[in-house]
Amino acid sequence: MRSAVVVFPGINRERDMAIALAASSGRPPRMLWHTETDLTGLDLVVLPGGFSYGDYLRCGAMAAQSPVMRSVSAFARRGGYVLGVCNGFQILTEAGILPGALLRNAGLRFLSRDCYLRVERADTVFANNYQRGQVFRSPMAHGDGNYYADEATLDWLEGENLVAFRYASATGALTPEANLNGSARGIAGLYSRNLRVLGLMPHPENRVDPLLGGADGKPLFDALTAAFAPARP
Amino acid sequence: MTDPTVDETRARAFGLSPEEYGRVLEIMGRTPTLTELGVFSVMWSEHCSYKSSRVWLKQLPTKAPWVIHGPGENAGVVDIGGGLAAVFKMESHNHPSFIEPYQGAATGVGGILRDVFTMGARPIANLNALRFGRPDDRRTRRIVDGVVRGIGGYGNCVGVPTVGGEVNFHPAYDGNPLVNAMTVGIVRKDRIFLSAASGVGNPVVYVGSKTGRDGIHGATMASAEFGADAAEKRPTVQVGDPFTEKLLIEACLELMETDAVVAIQDMGAAGLTSSSVEMAGKGGVGIELDLDAVPQREAGMTAYEMMLSESQERMLMVLRPDRTEAARSIFAKWELDFAVVGRLTDTGRIVVRHRDSVEADIPLAPLAEKAPLYHRPTTETPKQPILNAHRVENRLGLREALLKLIACPDLCSRSWIWDQYDSTIGGQTVKRPGAADAAVVRIDGLARALALTTDVTPRYCAADAEAGGCQAVAEAWRNLTAVGARPLAITDNLNFGNPEKPEVMGQFAAAIRGMSAACRALDFPVVSGNVSLYNETEGRSILPTPAIGGLGVLDDGARAVGIALAPWLDLVLIGVTKGWLGQSLWLREIAGREHGAPPPVNLNDERKAGDFVRAQIAVGTVRACHDVSDGGLLVALAEMAMAGNTGLRLSSGPPDVPLHAFWFGEDQGRYVLAVPDAANVIRQAEAAGIAAMRLGHSGGQDLTVPDGGTISVGALRAAHERFFPAWMDGAA
Repeated sequence: MRSAVVVFPGINRERDMAIALAASSGRPPRMLWHTETDLTGLDLVVLPGGFSYGDYLRCGAMAAQSPVMRSVSAFARRGGYVLGVCNGFQILTEAGILPGALLRNAGLRFLSRDCYLRVERADTVFANNYQRGQVFRSPMAHGDGNYYADEATLDWLEGENLVAFRYASATGALTPEANLNGSARGIAGLYSRNLRVLGLMPHPENRVDPLLGGADGKPLFDALTAAFAPARP
Repeated sequence: MTDPTVDETRARAFGLSPEEYGRVLEIMGRTPTLTELGVFSVMWSEHCSYKSSRVWLKQLPTKAPWVIHGPGENAGVVDIGGGLAAVFKMESHNHPSFIEPYQGAATGVGGILRDVFTMGARPIANLNALRFGRPDDRRTRRIVDGVVRGIGGYGNCVGVPTVGGEVNFHPAYDGNPLVNAMTVGIVRKDRIFLSAASGVGNPVVYVGSKTGRDGIHGATMASAEFGADAAEKRPTVQVGDPFTEKLLIEACLELMETDAVVAIQDMGAAGLTSSSVEMAGKGGVGIELDLDAVPQREAGMTAYEMMLSESQERMLMVLRPDRTEAARSIFAKWELDFAVVGRLTDTGRIVVRHRDSVEADIPLAPLAEKAPLYHRPTTETPKQPILNAHRVENRLGLREALLKLIACPDLCSRSWIWDQYDSTIGGQTVKRPGAADAAVVRIDGLARALALTTDVTPRYCAADAEAGGCQAVAEAWRNLTAVGARPLAITDNLNFGNPEKPEVMGQFAAAIRGMSAACRALDFPVVSGNVSLYNETEGRSILPTPAIGGLGVLDDGARAVGIALAPWLDLVLIGVTKGWLGQSLWLREIAGREHGAPPPVNLNDERKAGDFVRAQIAVGTVRACHDVSDGGLLVALAEMAMAGNTGLRLSSGPPDVPLHAFWFGEDQGRYVLAVPDAANVIRQAEAAGIAAMRLGHSGGQDLTVPDGGTISVGALRAAHERFFPAWMDGAA
């Protein structure tokens, strides 16, 4: 898999993402400074977590305007695969690549803890190592992860089956207590219409090693690796 | 604009005594300019000069074969093997955090991070030690909320995990909270950067944020008591910008990959003054600064303002002249200011120019060597009687007492706090807050891991500062041991009241004695630290609080053990239990008094028990381990049960110790081990001359105590987790 991790000023989970990508694919990703614009030859572009531009103005708003994002938008339009995690998800919504917005957490506080994610569909390049309805655990760490979209958009997302993951209890129940940041319809992650762009708030890249609490996030990176493995003759 | 008159009155307003001002006149041979007076006053402030504490600090042991740099550098450095070193330090931001909790705490984190990456280390973990006033003091909730948000706001944004810390409440901190922040970084042993400037003619370079009028005289503020006018000091608090700090970390570390840097120091307290004076002074050279070249945020700043500004996120470097342009391009990439603001000279003087005039010209050697040094008078705190546990009446059963204790502010769950700190970023956190006695963070790409903790029990220190100082060091050592780590060294943050009061200075001297004894006995030297005095509001002093930040190493992070209990294990107590109730939380929370001598630490037994426990963990016998500290044995067991969501059943204690004293006494040097076979461990312990006994076994969903009471783990947890959320909602 030829992947690249985009680094905006203030991004801080780029190395965590690189570790997870390298652990699955055996190949470290290219680290792409935000002024670069050439994405030729890449299978996957990753927008990692952090505080691009300090989250000043609005989370992801300034990064969405940077040179590399014009290339990422074009890459996505051409059918390229894009993964945005946390700040990366915020940037994807600010850039209009995914619909909706991420608001302040309902409790108005930063939340750093483990959450449970229910897999809403497993027939994608990102999630095909999970089963539909499966629950996995993942760290989350954000102040602005409360997914918002208007009712019509939410209905459209549900109708098109574009919800990737929802916050759930350990047994998969969608309860208000499990929806830690108050996201609309418990949405933790979202696909683009062609299922090639995934944005999510929690951090599967921080759960790829049993020593660090579990490897529930690793299937996601393994699935990507398998999808982009060189074809065997 | 002409400078205001400089005289003894102004010197006093700047915090210099008449005698100290006399020394300034003697060194200068003339009346100093306002800028010069400013330089002297901050360099000779308690905060920068350690003038009251230096004579005592010298007693602390600072050496061991693994110590690379002890006190005197920006942070301490110890060898952790594999060609790597750990760089760490703890520092206070107490006064600013009372005045402006969010920014005070945030900039405390920012400042300690700079002390660490200044040495070339990438910060990998933050910890803290926090003390607040009574929860029912109307100011406390706002301060706690602001401090926690500030620590999280800064640490989360710069992307350094906050992995551990401690929090206490006591009325003595009403109006004077303590915010002590610790950073740990990793550096290659052969790539450590120091602050001593060298190379006459080399350029002096300023990088980072622009200089503004914030924080002027912050160091002086931190060197005086608060009166009722504390709120008026708000303008002396700086405002943090973690985004710029993050860029500064990356830019500095990128530059340090090259051979451009000769010397580097962050601009912390007393900003440009202390960084330039200390770098030139340590290197035995002179320095010339051209303030017109300093990046400025505001127009019309004077030399005095620029030299004393404590604007955050700034560094001063001496570079190789032929590498200056390459360095400039790195900072341009990170969109940070970069300015050549001076050069090194052979004059041994600091010369500051601004708008074509010399605003300061001071000889550096006497500025350092003639700095005041005080042997302040001390008086000993009278010793308190040793409480006889048999004579302490017990009204509550074990079950009721336990439920009350684990719900009290000093023992309840801190998850409301931890949940606001990013503890997983970096992808190396093996043991998160609450999972083990010490945080465990792996080194990227290696099996090796660091164990980290912060500890002190201020109520012990108030009753007997020597015993308390000793206990603080021993507890840090014990917490590192309890995860299986080899303790290496400590950083200290000595928070005390007004040193001009003999009883406060007596506490200070006694705490140093106790700490020194423990450091020696445990081979656990002090490699960095910070002293915060004048922690008083309206004449009332805080509890003496020598906070200890401990660092240890595990050759294999996968061998670290936590406190979470699993079912069907034997519970073994290591160490001697006499039932020490003096200064215990049981005595305070259940019997309603703070009384008696604190529990003593037998350093010989401590070492033996710790070495035994560490060896048992190393061979894989131990499934969970928890040291016995605040609240005593039953609280420790309850914490293990809650962490593992597993019940336990306890047998009776020894007949000669009263029930409540056995289960809630705070005797030192003890650990609870969860092991598959108690008999085997007890036999080995006894062979080594260490007290050991079987307490019971784990399993089920209830905690069953020896006097017949039963509590479900769920009920324990509900009581344990109630306080913080309810208090913050205004319900507690």
